[in-house]
Amino acid sequence: MLAKRIIPCLDIKDGQTVKGINFINIQNVGDPVELGALYAEQGADELVFLDITATHEGRKTFVELVKRIAREINIPFTVGGGISELKDADALLSAGADKISINSSAVRNPKLIDDLALNFGSQFVVLAIDARGENDYWIVTVNGGRIPTEKELFSWAKEGESRGAGEILFTSMNHDGTKAGFANKELAKMSDMLRIPIIASGGAGNMDHFVDVFTEGKADAGLAASIFHYKEIAIPDLKAYLRAKNIPIR
Amino acid sequence: MNIVIIKYNAGNIESVNNALQRLGVNAEITGDHKKIRAADKVIFPGVGEASTTMAFLKKEGLDRLIPELKQPVLGICLGLQLMCSHSEENDTSCLGIFDEQVKRFVPEPGKEFITKVPHMGWNSICQLKSGIFDPSLDQQYVYFVHSYYAAVGEHTAAVCNYINPFSAALHRDNFYATQFHPEKSGTVGARILENFLRI
Repeated sequence: MLAKRIIPCLDIKDGQTVKGINFINIQNVGDPVELGALYAEQGADELVFLDITATHEGRKTFVELVKRIAREINIPFTVGGGISELKDADALLSAGADKISINSSAVRNPKLIDDLALNFGSQFVVLAIDARGENDYWIVTVNGGRIPTEKELFSWAKEGESRGAGEILFTSMNHDGTKAGFANKELAKMSDMLRIPIIASGGAGNMDHFVDVFTEGKADAGLAASIFHYKEIAIPDLKAYLRAKNIPIR
Repeated sequence: MNIVIIKYNAGNIESVNNALQRLGVNAEITGDHKKIRAADKVIFPGVGEASTTMAFLKKEGLDRLIPELKQPVLGICLGLQLMCSHSEENDTSCLGIFDEQVKRFVPEPGKEFITKVPHMGWNSICQLKSGIFDPSLDQQYVYFVHSYYAAVGEHTAAVCNYINPFSAALHRDNFYATQFHPEKSGTVGARILENFLRI
């Protein structure tokens, strides 16, 4: 049976991981390749590397970093951040990325999804959506949740699918950072509406939250950052726990 | 050992090369017929669309060369599909190395867990045959990304179940193929590549 995926997300600035504390097994926690390789060894099913660098110099560093990741890491990985044109995506594909994620740039220019899917295939295109809910109305936001847009979550997700996105990475800004669980109701609704896989993000705080997101939330994958980086949950323990709860896990 | 990765207009050629390098093997990526014929092992990778890729192979004469190869050949993902006789993807006649038809997955709405196409992610393989597998790989998980599949048939060398059972791998004579991506399948995938290199 197709396994549910556990995906650690690494934020990268100027070629170094931003979060992350003392891992015993690796020399340089700041090195995304070493940290990524450790997660892969521990059983992570995929990795996401998000470039939060703003400068042009930093972008070049990121492409170089992606080449190193592709050489060293033997599981699929997605890269995101700052992709607004085909040539950005092309550089990352050539560097060895398996998928790219786009967020604000797709909101500004939805046709980017079509262009990327047409040129590189849907399997390469992850549409990341940050949204905030109020009275059951979910509004899409950009710039890390700070700026609301005119788009509504479910119609935007549906539009993304029709335009050729291969997956949706949905982050609930209501849940992000709370460690109180994922946005399961919204995730389940999205999963019933769409025919492409959904990666759940925002709210992971304990192992039961992953059980819930795969059952109630019907998500295909669960993404988290700090709980893995701060070693609050170890991936091997999480996978053993999920397996014991009869969730299909690699 | 002289390993050649067939160069054509497909996506993940470098990924395969990276995976071989992690095993300490240097491969040459080339479309040169002489070099392909002279190689000890040939890898035929691929991410892409069937009809465009077949058109490219025809233009390069690779559609005649590949089925004639005598050394071990490993097709990956689209490589497997193109080694079959026909693909439903834009009604494409393929290389005919395996006498199998490639069909599109038809999703089953309403069934939890198995309603989505493409089949994307880690799934387990069983009923293993052929030299690229060994008993330790039974029920292990490997990484798939595909919307089309070869049905289970005479040449099936591994079975995976998604919506219906399908060929996760095929084998006939010197031709081997996997629908999954060994180059992205962690240590399990590395072992499969090592087994292929040892044939």
